[in-house]
Amino acid sequence: MALASTHTGDDFVTIWFLRRLAYVLPILLGVNLLTFALFFVINSPDDMARRHLGERHVTTAAIADWKRAHGYDRPAFINADRSGTAVVTDTLFFTGSVRLFSLDFGRSDGGRHIAWDIRQRMWPSLAIALPVLILELIIAVPLGLAVALLRGSTFDRGLTLLCVASMAISSLFFIIAGQFLFARLLRLIPISGFAEGWGAIKFLLLPVMVQVLAGLGARVRWNRTVFLEEISREHVRTARAKGLAETRILFGHVLPNALLPLITTIVVTLPGLFLGSLITESFFAIPGLGSYTIDAIQNQDFAIARTMVFIGSLLYILGLLLTDLAYAWADPRIRLGSG
Amino acid sequence: MGLHFLPTDLLFLGTLMLGLVYCRNVARDPLARARWAKVLRSVGGGVASLVLALHVTVAVLDSVRVQSENEAPLTLLDHLLTPLRTGVETTYSAPFSTHAYARENLESAPGTWVRDYPRLQFGGRHLVHPEEEAAGDIARRSLRGAAIGLASLGLLTLIINLVRRRPPGRAWRQWFEPAWRWHWFALGILCLGVGIVGNLAGGWHVLGTDKVGQDVLYLSLKSVRTGLVLAVLASLITLPIAVVLGILAGYLQGWVDDVIQYLYTTLSSIPGVLLIAAAALSLDLFLSREVGALHSLALRADLRLLALCAVLGLTGWTSLCRLLRAETMKLRTVEFIASAQALGSSPGTLLRRHLLPNLMPLVIITTVLDFSSLVLAEAVLTYIDIGVDPSTESWGNMINGARLELAREPVIWWSLAAALGGMFGLVLAANIFADTVRDAFDPRLDPAARGTHGLA
Repeated sequence: MALASTHTGDDFVTIWFLRRLAYVLPILLGVNLLTFALFFVINSPDDMARRHLGERHVTTAAIADWKRAHGYDRPAFINADRSGTAVVTDTLFFTGSVRLFSLDFGRSDGGRHIAWDIRQRMWPSLAIALPVLILELIIAVPLGLAVALLRGSTFDRGLTLLCVASMAISSLFFIIAGQFLFARLLRLIPISGFAEGWGAIKFLLLPVMVQVLAGLGARVRWNRTVFLEEISREHVRTARAKGLAETRILFGHVLPNALLPLITTIVVTLPGLFLGSLITESFFAIPGLGSYTIDAIQNQDFAIARTMVFIGSLLYILGLLLTDLAYAWADPRIRLGSG
Repeated sequence: MGLHFLPTDLLFLGTLMLGLVYCRNVARDPLARARWAKVLRSVGGGVASLVLALHVTVAVLDSVRVQSENEAPLTLLDHLLTPLRTGVETTYSAPFSTHAYARENLESAPGTWVRDYPRLQFGGRHLVHPEEEAAGDIARRSLRGAAIGLASLGLLTLIINLVRRRPPGRAWRQWFEPAWRWHWFALGILCLGVGIVGNLAGGWHVLGTDKVGQDVLYLSLKSVRTGLVLAVLASLITLPIAVVLGILAGYLQGWVDDVIQYLYTTLSSIPGVLLIAAAALSLDLFLSREVGALHSLALRADLRLLALCAVLGLTGWTSLCRLLRAETMKLRTVEFIASAQALGSSPGTLLRRHLLPNLMPLVIITTVLDFSSLVLAEAVLTYIDIGVDPSTESWGNMINGARLELAREPVIWWSLAAALGGMFGLVLAANIFADTVRDAFDPRLDPAARGTHGLA
C-alpha cells in the first residue's frame, strides 16, 4: 500500500485500468484458440478444401492448391520444419491470430474481403439494434420504476404476471405471429427482405417491434428488481425518515444509484448491437452481420466465423472494461485509491 | 419382449433417480424440508409443480422402450397412445375435422370419379353422417371424459387421504382449507383436461394432423420428452463443472483462481449462439463420421440430442461458476468456517459439512432458473439447423415445419399452435416454479445471474 498511497487518485485508476487492459490479450488469445480448436480438431483443412471445391472429382493436387491459396497448408501449432521462432510463428494458428489482432481480417474461404463485407453489413444490423435498444430503454425503465414504486399493488402484481407469462413465450412466436398478422393478414408491410436508404424503414418496422416485444418482459422485471433494491436501501429509508418529498428521494437518491446497473445492461448488449440478432436477421432476410455469421457457420467458412467470434468477444470484453470503469468512476473507494 | 434403452433414456432416468435420492435427503434435513414445503405450499409453486409432475410423468413414460418382435422398440407412451400413433392420415387435417385438407379423386359410383375431400381414416371414422353427428359426438365424448376426470379426482383425493391417514369421509373438507384450495382446483382442472382430451382423442384428431398425416397431439406429447431431456441433461453436465471449479477457485484462490477465472471469462466472452453453433456443428460432423451408418436412425438421432445437451451444458456453466466462486470466497471469511478451519477440521469435512450445504441454495436457484431458457433454446437452435435431429419429435421441429404452412390457404395453424402452446405451458410452469424456489431459498439473489442461454 506504500506505493499506492504516493499516487493520486487518478494515477491509481490509470494503473488499474492498464492492468485490466493487459488482461484482454490473453483472453482474446484463448478465444482464438478455442475457435481454432472447435473448427480444426474435427474438421481438417482437407475436409474444408473438399467442401469448398465440391465433394466429387477432387484431385489431391487441387486440394493442395486450395490449401496453399487460402493459407491452410501450414501445420496447426508447431512447424517442425522450421527453426528458431519460426517453429511457432510459421503456423496456421499464429498467422491467422496475429492478423486478427491487427484487425486485418483478410479474405474469406470463399474469396471475399471480410472487412468490406462487415462494413457493408453492419448498417442493417445497427439499424435494427439501435432502435431496439432505445425503445427498450424508453419503455422498460419507466415501467420498471412504476411497478417498483407501486410494489404490492394490483398493478404491480398484474404486470409482473404479464412479464412472467411473456417470458415463457418463445421469441419465435413473436416473429411468426408478427409476420402472419401484419404482413399476411393486414398486408401493411412486406414479410421479409431489405432495401437501401429510406425504403428500408418498412422492412425494419416489424423486426424492431418483434425484438422489443420479445425482450420486454425480462427487461421490465430486471429493472423492477434493480429499483426495488435501491428503494430498500438504508439511505433511502433515512431520507424518507427525514421527511424528504418522494419525488426528491426518487430523483436524488434512487435514480442515480440505479443508473449503474442499468448502464451495465446496456454495455453488455454491445456485442449484440454490432453482431445483430442472429435469429431475427435470418428470419427477416436482412443482410446484416447476424445472418452473415449464421451463413458462415452453416457453410463452414472458418475465416468469417473466426473473425466474427473475435469481434464479438473483443466487444464483450471492452464492454466489461467500460462497465468496470463506470463502477470505478462512481465508487469513491476505487476512485480515491483506498480499496 | 424386453426393455430397450437409448443413451438419453438411461441418463434421464438416472438423473431422476438422483433427484429421488435428493428428495430422501431433503426429508431428513429439517431446514431443506421447510424450504421445499414452502415452495409446495405456495399457490404458484404448488400448481407449477403439479404441471411439471405431469410433464415428467409423460417424459418418463416416453423413456422406457419395450422391444417387441419384428418392430422397432416403442415407448410405454407409444403403447398408451396406440390409437393416436396408428391413426395416420395421408396429409393435413384440421382439428376435429372428418375430411382431409386436400381434394383427391374419389370413386363415387363404379366408374364415375369426382374430385372431393376424402373422409379421414381415423378422425370421426365412427360416424355415418359426419356433418350432423359431429357436434353431438364431441359433446358426448367431452361429457364422458369430464365424468372420468372427476371420478379420478375423487379417487385421487381418497388415496391422498388414505396415505395421510385421514378418515375418507372428511375428504371434501380439503377443498375448503384455504391453504390448499388452489392446489385442489388446479388438480381438478388437470384431471378434467386429461379426461376430456383423452376421451376425445379416442375418435378424433384433437389437434389435427401434420403434413404426413401424423396426429399433432401425439407429436406434441412426444416433444415433452425432448424438451425435458435437453434441459435436465444439460443441467446435469453443467452442475459438476460449475460446482467443482467454482468452489476450487473460491476456496484455494491464488493461481488456481486466476486460471479458473480466465477460463470462464474467455468462454463467456464468445457470443453464446456462435459458441453453441460452432460446437454443435463440429460434434455433428464428428458424429456423422464416427457413428455413420453403422447404427439405427433412432440411435443416431438420440446421440445428436445427447450432443446438443453436451454442447449446452459445456457452454452454460460460466454464470453459476462465477456465482459459486464469489459465494465461496464470502463463506471462507465467515466466522464458523474460519473457526472450524482453526480447530483443524480437514478440507473434506469442511467442504461436506459447511461449504456445500451453504452453497446448495445458490445451486438450486440457478439450475431451476436456467431450466426454462434451455427449453426455449431448443426451438431457436433447431430453427437454425443446429438443434435436434429432424426425425426427433420436438417443438422446435414442429415450429420449423410450420413456417411454410402459414403461407397456405386455408392457413394451417394447428401444428404451430400446439408447439408454441406446449412450450408455453412447460416454460411458464418452470418459470413460476423457479420464482417460488428463489423466494423460498434466498429472497436476495442477484437477478442478473439469470439465464446463460438468452438466445435471440
